[in-house]
Amino acid sequence: MTGGSTTGDDGSTAPAPGPAEKRQPWPLWEVFVRSSRGLSHVHAGSLHAPDADMALRNARDLYTRRNEGVSLWVVPSSAIITSDPSAKEQFFESPQGKDYRHATYYTKSEGVKHL
Amino acid sequence: MAAPAATQYGGPDIDAAGQQLFDELIAEDSRIEPRDWMPEAYRKSLTRQISQHAHSEIIGMQPEANWITRAPSLKRKAILMAKVQDEAGHGLYLYSAAETLGTPRDKMTEDLIAGKARYSSIFNYPVLTWADIGAIGWLVDGAAICNQVPLCRASYGPYGRAMVRICKEESFHQRQGFEILLELANGTQAQRDMAQDAINRWYAPSLMMFGPPDDDSPNSKQSMAWNIKRFSNDELRSRFVGMIAEQVKALGLTLPDPDVRFNEDTGKWEHGPLDWEEFKEVLAGRGPCNAQRMERRREAHEDGAWVREAAAAYADKQARRAAPATEAA
Repeated sequence: MTGGSTTGDDGSTAPAPGPAEKRQPWPLWEVFVRSSRGLSHVHAGSLHAPDADMALRNARDLYTRRNEGVSLWVVPSSAIITSDPSAKEQFFESPQGKDYRHATYYTKSEGVKHL
Repeated sequence: MAAPAATQYGGPDIDAAGQQLFDELIAEDSRIEPRDWMPEAYRKSLTRQISQHAHSEIIGMQPEANWITRAPSLKRKAILMAKVQDEAGHGLYLYSAAETLGTPRDKMTEDLIAGKARYSSIFNYPVLTWADIGAIGWLVDGAAICNQVPLCRASYGPYGRAMVRICKEESFHQRQGFEILLELANGTQAQRDMAQDAINRWYAPSLMMFGPPDDDSPNSKQSMAWNIKRFSNDELRSRFVGMIAEQVKALGLTLPDPDVRFNEDTGKWEHGPLDWEEFKEVLAGRGPCNAQRMERRREAHEDGAWVREAAAAYADKQARRAAPATEAA
């Protein structure tokens, strides 16, 4: 038996490939929302839009329907440079043996106030 | 979720190392992110699940949008419009999540319109009265919430994050539906009858939204092993029955199922038999409204083509005008 749940988790197989896209697809944009003054813009999600102006308007309608933000950024997804997840060990320095970078490393002053 | 599916992997060594990291991440109940190596079957299964989920949100706009003009007050129209707008938003969050797996949104839309993709069978039932809008909010959105809350912890990061956003918004949907039924239940006898009739018709289809029984749901096991799904179809269905069995009392109405009971021995709620033949028929495209829903979706897409083309042409023109000025500067 196949199909039927809202979540699509119903046992059927993935759809077969369809015909090729004729229209050039709209570019992808990443949306960042500042939820209130004093806070950073935080990544909310992404959307498609033909240009920056439409991307901003779509972002407003899609990610701030309930007053979630006071400011929006939209950034072309293609402009984002990411680190390579498979090169994790080489890229991010190992924290091993570097406890001295944390305040909790210094225990001799225990009991001294406001330190 | 910016990065498209990684293409840099390949070859037996990278696959083996990738599989090992993937297995470790799943074992420690961590999350898989778009650029991580993942088994092809995981990618395919998630693409199917998330895109079908997105299609369900998009098709799900239709039965309710049809009632906006007939909603009984300005307040109810405003509420229903907000809900339909939310469904569109949910569809878009989910398409975005699915896209991170490598399938473009336009391709998913094409598949839906070509009839190659599935959506929830629940939206192929007709919405006959205003009380149905109440029953849909209470039962259909209620069942969806039961299904979706555990998906907030799905192992695929973008899916889980989309679900968190969706679940926050769904609770309004369920409450507004319940309130519609509550008002009808406290109204005239004709209104009470209308509310009961809607519950009678939407009860079984909403229970079937959880998917086939566990012994007839071949992909569930793998999906649970991958930490996508956290509870089985029957487990979630049983929980849902327990919730609505209590909630219906507040309406002073009844569920159309004399077999609903709490089993002290198993600690689970039970319900009467469901018509899985009907479920299969609706899924196979022979439900009461399948053709109508697909036709409407196709029309909307085709009618909107000139808007998409115009927006793209305008963006091109603006870009061309801006280009020489930038070069000169």
